[in-house]
Amino acid sequence: MIEGLAAVYIFMLAGFTGYEIISKVPVILHTPLMSGSNFVHGIVLVGAMVALGIADTTAEQIIGFIAVLLGAGNAVGGYVVTERMLEMFKPSDKKSKSEES
Amino acid sequence: METIIQASYLIAAALFILGLKQMSSPVTARRGILWAGAGMVLATLVTFMSPEILDSDQVGTNILLIVVAIVIGGGYAWYSGKKVAMTDMPQMIAMYNGMGGGAAAAIAAVELMKASTEASHDVTGATTVAGILGTDIAILGILGAIIGTISFSGSIIAWAKLDGRLSRSKLLPKQHIVNALLAIVTVGFAVAIYFTADINTIIIFFVLALILGVFITVPVGGADMPVIISLFNALTGLAVGFEGYVLGNAAMIVAGIVVGSAGSLLTQLMAKAMNRSVANVFFAGVGTNVAATGSDDSLGVMKEIQAQDAGILMSFASQVVIIPGYGMAVAQAQHKIWELTQILTEKGVTVKFAIHPVAGRMPGHMNVLLAEAGVPYDMIYDMEDINADFKNTTVALIIGANDVVNPSAKNDSSSPLYGMPILDAMNAENVIVIKRGRGAGFSGVENPLFFADNTKMLFGDGQKAASQLIQAVKEL
Repeated sequence: MIEGLAAVYIFMLAGFTGYEIISKVPVILHTPLMSGSNFVHGIVLVGAMVALGIADTTAEQIIGFIAVLLGAGNAVGGYVVTERMLEMFKPSDKKSKSEES
Repeated sequence: METIIQASYLIAAALFILGLKQMSSPVTARRGILWAGAGMVLATLVTFMSPEILDSDQVGTNILLIVVAIVIGGGYAWYSGKKVAMTDMPQMIAMYNGMGGGAAAAIAAVELMKASTEASHDVTGATTVAGILGTDIAILGILGAIIGTISFSGSIIAWAKLDGRLSRSKLLPKQHIVNALLAIVTVGFAVAIYFTADINTIIIFFVLALILGVFITVPVGGADMPVIISLFNALTGLAVGFEGYVLGNAAMIVAGIVVGSAGSLLTQLMAKAMNRSVANVFFAGVGTNVAATGSDDSLGVMKEIQAQDAGILMSFASQVVIIPGYGMAVAQAQHKIWELTQILTEKGVTVKFAIHPVAGRMPGHMNVLLAEAGVPYDMIYDMEDINADFKNTTVALIIGANDVVNPSAKNDSSSPLYGMPILDAMNAENVIVIKRGRGAGFSGVENPLFFADNTKMLFGDGQKAASQLIQAVKEL
């Protein structure tokens, strides 16, 4: 399905895309963005599900279970942390309305 | 079915890219994570319908296991992510990143185990991993396994170090040489796996890679942690991309490689901001080699100032620039600082925040803390934007920052910091430094700024000092 040269193209274009996204980010968003990209590679969960799904032996099931466990942690944790960080980014005009200590 | 699944993966990949794109502007950043989150939910749900999983001999057990694992792993991460304090964010990112790397490595382990079983049962006649999986898949799968495993154990060490659970910077004598040898042996085993399909070789390989990740990360100094976390983030992305190729999963390939390249660039930006090469971060900790250069007493004496006087100075200033550092995070002083800022603004003082790219433990760390306290982001300036403005500044208030304002980075070529871009706080009319004690900074390098004629030291805990300043300014 994704083989040979087609894969090389995908690798290359995805590489450029990542580079482009980062190159225009203001410093204030570096930590949230690192956290956001950390969340995005949580897609490993999908692969982990397949790995556990095709497991035949108990050993494979154990390793696959660990894979899904870790993958889910990456995806969910990455999301929660990123969302919490970004929640705080509010422009000053909105700030004056919402009262905080 | 296959078409629906592939289409959903495509949509998910697009949502990830658009989401990350939106995260690169403060205005749309929140929408960005929601989009990426939607992509993740979609991809996860359609995977349950994947024919590979449904055609498996043990479909019932496996699906049950998948659900249980997601509930446990996701539930734990949800709970820990919600309750962690904002100051502890960096280590949580390190931990979740490590989990991703571990997951990628575990996927590779399952694939290699399957290949090994197949070889021993002589199903296809092929007896090597390369023969069974194909050259490309075997190479990328094993590469992903090394990278993912190192990222896993390395991130766990980074987490432990940032969380204060591990302070050792050395495990063995000649650590770097040991690391190099270990790396060579690990690669040797990786090659061995490619040409054989021996289960014991695979197990030893994973153990070696785990140890390598630990050994690489332990010597890295605390100040370099942001670079390491960012690097491991990029590595996990790569590993995920490679394992995506092994599984023929387009969403994993695209998302993984996007993160891999974005993370690599971010790592370089960070290392550059600290005037260190990425290689340097691994092979020479700043903190370890400066003891000899640092402590001479020729710098002069620090001049102390009381909070009252500092308050008066700031109240009648035309412009105050606040430079926060990790000390502010430790003291949790950001709320007090914002309160102080508001009072000063009411008095007609222009207040700006100046953030060095590597202030704190991660780039943007200070921004997150200030945002938490409610400081609007348009009061916060980057180094390039604020440096020219210091000569129009009455008071530069440094709280818990040290190396990022150290003028030796500019004028002392023998300093380990030499060449690092800094905030030019010394150009301000007055410099007030809130600092806990007289010791040197995180890198262990003395800071001549603290001894300069226009610098006054306000010793004390960041939060307490800020409260005193608020008191002093209010009384006027």
